[in-house]
Amino acid sequence: MNDMQFTDRAVDQKETKIAAHGVNVHYGEAHAIKDVNVEIEDKTVTAFIGPSGCGKSTFLRCLNRMNDTIDICNVTGNILLDGEDIYDKRVDPVQLRAKVGMVFQKPNPFPKTIYDNVAYGPRIHGLAKNKADMDEIVEKALRRGAIWDEVKDRLDKPGTGLSGGQQQRLCIARAVATEPEVLLMDEPCSALDPIATAQVEELIDELRTQYSVVIVTHSMQQAARVSQKTAFFHLGTLVEFGHTGQIFTNPEDPRTESYITGRIG
Amino acid sequence: MSDTSKTSLLALTPRTKQRNAAEKRFRAYGIAAIAVGLMMLMVLVTNIFSRGTGAFQQTFMTVNVELLESKLDKKGNRDLDDIKKVTTFGYNPLIRDAVVAKVEELGIQTDLKAKDLGGILSRNAVGQLREFVIANPDRIGETIEFRFLAQSRVDGYLKGRVHRASIGNDKSISPEQLDLVDQLVDAGVIVKTFNIDFITGADASDQRPEAAGIGVAMLGSLSMMFVVLGLALPIGVAASIYLEEFAPKNRLTDIIEVNISNLAAVPSIVFGILGLAVFINYLHLPTSAPLVGGLVLTLMTLPTIIISTRAALKAVPPSIRDAALGVGASKMQAVFHHVLPLAAPGILTGTIIGLAQALGETAPLLLIGMVGFIASNAPETLADGLLAPNSAMPAQIYEWAKRADPAFYERAWGGIIILLVFLVSMNTLAVILRRRFERRW
Repeated sequence: MNDMQFTDRAVDQKETKIAAHGVNVHYGEAHAIKDVNVEIEDKTVTAFIGPSGCGKSTFLRCLNRMNDTIDICNVTGNILLDGEDIYDKRVDPVQLRAKVGMVFQKPNPFPKTIYDNVAYGPRIHGLAKNKADMDEIVEKALRRGAIWDEVKDRLDKPGTGLSGGQQQRLCIARAVATEPEVLLMDEPCSALDPIATAQVEELIDELRTQYSVVIVTHSMQQAARVSQKTAFFHLGTLVEFGHTGQIFTNPEDPRTESYITGRIG
Repeated sequence: MSDTSKTSLLALTPRTKQRNAAEKRFRAYGIAAIAVGLMMLMVLVTNIFSRGTGAFQQTFMTVNVELLESKLDKKGNRDLDDIKKVTTFGYNPLIRDAVVAKVEELGIQTDLKAKDLGGILSRNAVGQLREFVIANPDRIGETIEFRFLAQSRVDGYLKGRVHRASIGNDKSISPEQLDLVDQLVDAGVIVKTFNIDFITGADASDQRPEAAGIGVAMLGSLSMMFVVLGLALPIGVAASIYLEEFAPKNRLTDIIEVNISNLAAVPSIVFGILGLAVFINYLHLPTSAPLVGGLVLTLMTLPTIIISTRAALKAVPPSIRDAALGVGASKMQAVFHHVLPLAAPGILTGTIIGLAQALGETAPLLLIGMVGFIASNAPETLADGLLAPNSAMPAQIYEWAKRADPAFYERAWGGIIILLVFLVSMNTLAVILRRRFERRW
């Protein structure tokens, strides 16, 4: 695969799905995210790149309030999902996370059957009226996760018995089963081999038609391959944000250029 | 580099030799330490078994008792109230006559008086006979074969604890009686067999160690474990889940955490005093009751359960919580649907080990009076089992160990065997459960 061959660019402006204004994150004393402003578009893959510890994962976890589980983490600023502030006091993070799904770095299927893994989200949100409904939801999610054909005969086998790549696609299927509007992916391929990575990347490209996808990645090639928009983070600040092609071919900031040419990172 | 500095792989350098020697020494220390430990265990186990197995065997004598109507039911109307008026004292002659008759029947010549002949049997025999008569008043007048306990000296003689040389001043037995016992053993009238009553029976008074059993104390222990399990498991698990999953990490929770660890190290006698002061003196709960014992042991077991439950919860990888939260589960759903099932084997193991500790605990029971002499039979109802005075296995063992008659020592060792069987099987169960439900992720 030619690393520098970008996926076709959607240059026309789309609706803004998530808008962040002046977001600051503190872990106790440490200032992890410094005044970040970014607008994430609907039906677009947005990649967050940057060296380790630059805050891209932290920022990603702000988008569905997964940082709430960390006591010392303090988020200020506004993050709007469809114009509503997700850090508003009236917002229940549980409801938010049903809308903003997440896939993690390490494949983390529940130690339950493949079926139950996918059915768990819909079940707790009451999306299925009966067993047939649920079967349909599970099948649809597994198909969207591009894993249906591999697991359709062993839905009652444990999800932990699958290979790494299959597990990650199962996790993606589990995330899409609750019909989210945004899908956050925190380095979804870092634990996978190149073949599984290619499968997941292909899947991400398909998911773009229905969801707004935000992906954190260490691999610049991956960002170049799958994303339309790219945000470069460095030391907690958002250095540059723009169309992927432009970031990789004609970066405005010298730090971005240094990073993508391999001089810092 | 010169050739001389080049070393061969086939020859060891002094430094390597030194290191190898150090490793060998260390291994030797390790093996020695294990050997010492095993030896102690062997000594302990052989000691317990060699002294305690005797308690599971008892000497019995078979005699035919004629239930004389003239003694037991003078009016002859089989009125139970009248029959009950005859005390155990009134049954003594029947038993004495039965032994005399047996000796005559076998044609054994003896100079012993009838009283001494009857003395071969346990004082328990009269009680046993009276119970039988009250239960079956219609059989008065018949001659029935009974198997009575022999008295403890006779039992000790058969077990090798009592010798002719050692009974010089003993008023309970004479060498002539032992001669007679020898003959009765040869005739097959006195036999030593397995004694289920030791496992199921109640404690007996100082005068008849041969009749003492640990069964009622076992029920007392069981009722206490019931209370401990019912209270310590839900309280402990709820406390640990809250502390581990929900509580904010601040100074207050730090203090609580440190104090739970401290609580686990508090000597058990302190819990006993606490139980005495709070449950009995302040709340006026009955003394010697398994309910109070269970409450005290709950206090003792709680830290163990909390600590092991928290460890089990901590061992569940955070990625599982993230996964659940990521699909929109609430904190509580994440904990109850995913974390708790994965932590369950650890929690169960901790609980069983905590229970096993509580089962063997003696000191706090001494303070709340659960060392009473309980000669009654099994409690009739569950509430009775919890509120009526009772003893517990370790307390019963302590009670026997401090009595004067050496026949009770054997009981104490036998009690220890039963207690150990319980403890070992509980710990084995814990290991099996852990192996069985251990999950990999």
